[in-house]
Amino acid sequence: MSNSHGTDLNVHAATGDEPVFPLPPHHHRLTDTDPRAAKRAERQIATMFILSALGMVGFVVAYVMVPTTSYLDLGPVGVLQTSNLLLGLTFGTATLLIGVAAIHWAKKLMADEEIIDHRHPVGSTDEDREEALAAFNAGVAESGFAERPLLRRTLIAALALFPIPLIVLLKDMGPLPGDSLRHTIWRKGSRIVIDVSGQPLRPEDMSVGSLVSASPADLNDIQEAEGNQNARAKASIILVRMKPGEIVSEQGEGWSYQGILAFSKICTHVGCPIALYQQRTHHLLCPCHQSTFDLADSGAVVFGPAARRMPQLPITVDNEGYLVAQSDFHEPVGPSFWERP
Amino acid sequence: MSVIVKEVGRALGRADERLPVASGLKKNLRKVFPDHWSFMLGEIALYSFLILLLTGVYLTIFFKPSMTDVVYHGSYQPLVGVPMTEAYSSALGISFDVRGGLLIRQIHHWAALFFMAAMMVHMFRIFFTGAFRKPREFNWIIGGSMILIGLLEGFAGYSLPDDLLSGVGVRIVAGIVESIPIVGTYLLFFIFGGQYPGTDFIPRLYTFHVLLVPGILLASVGLHLVLVFYHKHTQYPGPGRTNENVVGFPLFPVYTAKAGGFFFVVFGVTVLISALVTINPIWAYGPYVPDQVTAGSQPDWYIGFVDGALRAFPSWESQFWGHTWSWNIFLPCVVLPGLMVTALLAYPFIESWVTGETGEHHLLDRPRNAATRTSLGAMAIAFYGVLVINGANDIIAAAFNLSINQLTWFTRIGIFIIPPLVFLSTHRFCMGLQRRDRELLLHGRESGQILRLPHGEFIEIHTPISDDQKAVILSKRDIAPLAIPAATDQNGVATPGLAGKKIRAKLSGFFFQDNVARPSAAEIEAAHHHAHEVHDHEITELHEAGKQAPSQLTD
Repeated sequence: MSNSHGTDLNVHAATGDEPVFPLPPHHHRLTDTDPRAAKRAERQIATMFILSALGMVGFVVAYVMVPTTSYLDLGPVGVLQTSNLLLGLTFGTATLLIGVAAIHWAKKLMADEEIIDHRHPVGSTDEDREEALAAFNAGVAESGFAERPLLRRTLIAALALFPIPLIVLLKDMGPLPGDSLRHTIWRKGSRIVIDVSGQPLRPEDMSVGSLVSASPADLNDIQEAEGNQNARAKASIILVRMKPGEIVSEQGEGWSYQGILAFSKICTHVGCPIALYQQRTHHLLCPCHQSTFDLADSGAVVFGPAARRMPQLPITVDNEGYLVAQSDFHEPVGPSFWERP
Repeated sequence: MSVIVKEVGRALGRADERLPVASGLKKNLRKVFPDHWSFMLGEIALYSFLILLLTGVYLTIFFKPSMTDVVYHGSYQPLVGVPMTEAYSSALGISFDVRGGLLIRQIHHWAALFFMAAMMVHMFRIFFTGAFRKPREFNWIIGGSMILIGLLEGFAGYSLPDDLLSGVGVRIVAGIVESIPIVGTYLLFFIFGGQYPGTDFIPRLYTFHVLLVPGILLASVGLHLVLVFYHKHTQYPGPGRTNENVVGFPLFPVYTAKAGGFFFVVFGVTVLISALVTINPIWAYGPYVPDQVTAGSQPDWYIGFVDGALRAFPSWESQFWGHTWSWNIFLPCVVLPGLMVTALLAYPFIESWVTGETGEHHLLDRPRNAATRTSLGAMAIAFYGVLVINGANDIIAAAFNLSINQLTWFTRIGIFIIPPLVFLSTHRFCMGLQRRDRELLLHGRESGQILRLPHGEFIEIHTPISDDQKAVILSKRDIAPLAIPAATDQNGVATPGLAGKKIRAKLSGFFFQDNVARPSAAEIEAAHHHAHEVHDHEITELHEAGKQAPSQLTD
């Protein structure tokens, strides 16, 4: 009973007297013995096939009759697209019926007597192995691969370099990073505008405790010119206003204006934009991985997987009284990267 | 005979003159497949994959993989006039302007979720029954790789519509790529064609999703099935089933009908779910903008374990030689999944090294009989499960009004405590079942009938178990742990490779030392004999004495 081949040295199966249990006798089904039951099963299966065919026709009817703009309000269940519902119900039911009918057919009417097949060892016979080895050795000998080391080594050298052009070709998939991750489009005097409306902001527009998502005034022009959203992905900021006395520390002397602080909106963990702000604690929480930053204390990490503080943007007001940046960020925004000092 | 059968016969005859169809059919039409519900799990994965191919091809007809800016003018009113990428706009078009488009999109997404789930549960079945053992180790590797590849494929497909939810997922992946030491930043720029997000990513991802990966998956599925076919399916122990035979129903007609029918069942159920349950409503998220996010962002479930690990990992980052090492991202998202997959793929080889078994295994193990393997598997699932749950910690915190910080700490500590506890309790559970099996063989089943003997003793009548049950229980194979090798042999010569042999012997002890030995035939015989002597004689006597019912209690 145990393995016929192989070396199971440490198997101490009960010796010799392994009991053998033959296949139990086959029990006939009702459909095997009662022709009426068999006929009934046949009718059931045929009915399912007919219903399936009707369902497919129903699908075509629904496809032709129901526009995609019609909706069905099912109250608490929600609003469903009528076309999606009808097409799915007809096609799904019809398909399901084919399957159920086929399985029912197999279970009720096809022979259900178990049959036995014998297994043979998976590998080749020893004879085949020897012949294969002989053929291989003959090929090696005829090729001279073993006797001509010069050919062998030069072939290996040539093949080793073969993939290099294929890899080098990938170089132009993108430009080299350079210092592009260290800068954003913020610069001295960039006006801060509200993200949604594009309105410039005065300090008096912000009440204590409020938070505003903002961006540089020239963001849309730059985005237009570059044809992508790269500038936005780095330059987005949030402005918060607190009582000047609540500010414990800042990343630079005089970087806030009358209690208004500007921080990058891009999480220093893996780059999700952050805007969950708790007024009372001045904590900023990332919705993706729950890194928490204390904006009243230089944007320091107080919880979660982020390792670096949230970079602060130094701000002031220009001579028209609008909030502007004093300069670009003094450290790279967003996730850490290898070259970051 | 029906016309169809005649015509198929004729066509096969003509084909056979060009290709030896008959010799192939002769061998395989009546090929035997064993029957068990758990063998359907792999079928669900296979059929979901076929559904994905069918619906995926349909979606490519309408989807435009482009990040060019357009303004939406379709029939979904809330987004009319909103600027977005062509990819998102065409995904909306499929959902609202193509008849049946939404249905096909939802079937595609549901089938992807089922594909991943079915592959994983199928893998659990293979693992717990030891079906990965020789000669099937390579098929285990193909299967395990398909889960990893399927995960990447699923993520790619999820990201293509370029909606706000999937865009945040791509942003996170970009952050993970940046964390890779030395090459991370360069990889980021090569993948995205420059800075994140650029305009190259969606078209590149599209080729990856519809050509490269499906090609690899299709080849893997084919090879997987060829090997299943060639090795012949494993079977569960039972009467008439041995390691040298396969008992079941023929491929034609029974399995053709059952498996073919089951394809339609899987397809039909997937379509019905897609008709009734909305999945990934991209229109509700809006187009991706890099400075916006939806609170409660969740990836599809199969990515959850990576996200869960990322959420739980402590904020470790170091600076060496002017460079940043982002341990807090690189370890949970690159190293940890890499280790998990390596352990998964290497397991068959580790186990066969520990057991020292070299024979072929075609009869499946009952999980209880391989207690250590079963416990290791349960432990691995617990480890994975803790990470998956932590991937939804914000949702759990909101739903149950818990502190997100405490939940995160629960995971940080629990990931080290819960899996070993699961290991221990599973092991105890298996040991209990092994003892019960031994008990059943020796003494039979407790019938619940209590008998009072004339001298006042109460006994419970045990009834012997059926032969079918005996055949199942007696399939257990006992493996003795390897002895710890001596440092030197009897001649004082040091044992070569002593350290390796010691580790192997210790692992072997870890696997087998608690095994409850299967009773030998002699022991079973002795136990039955004993039972007969003590009770049967008296019971028979009592029954016959005056036909009076003995004081019998039944519960």
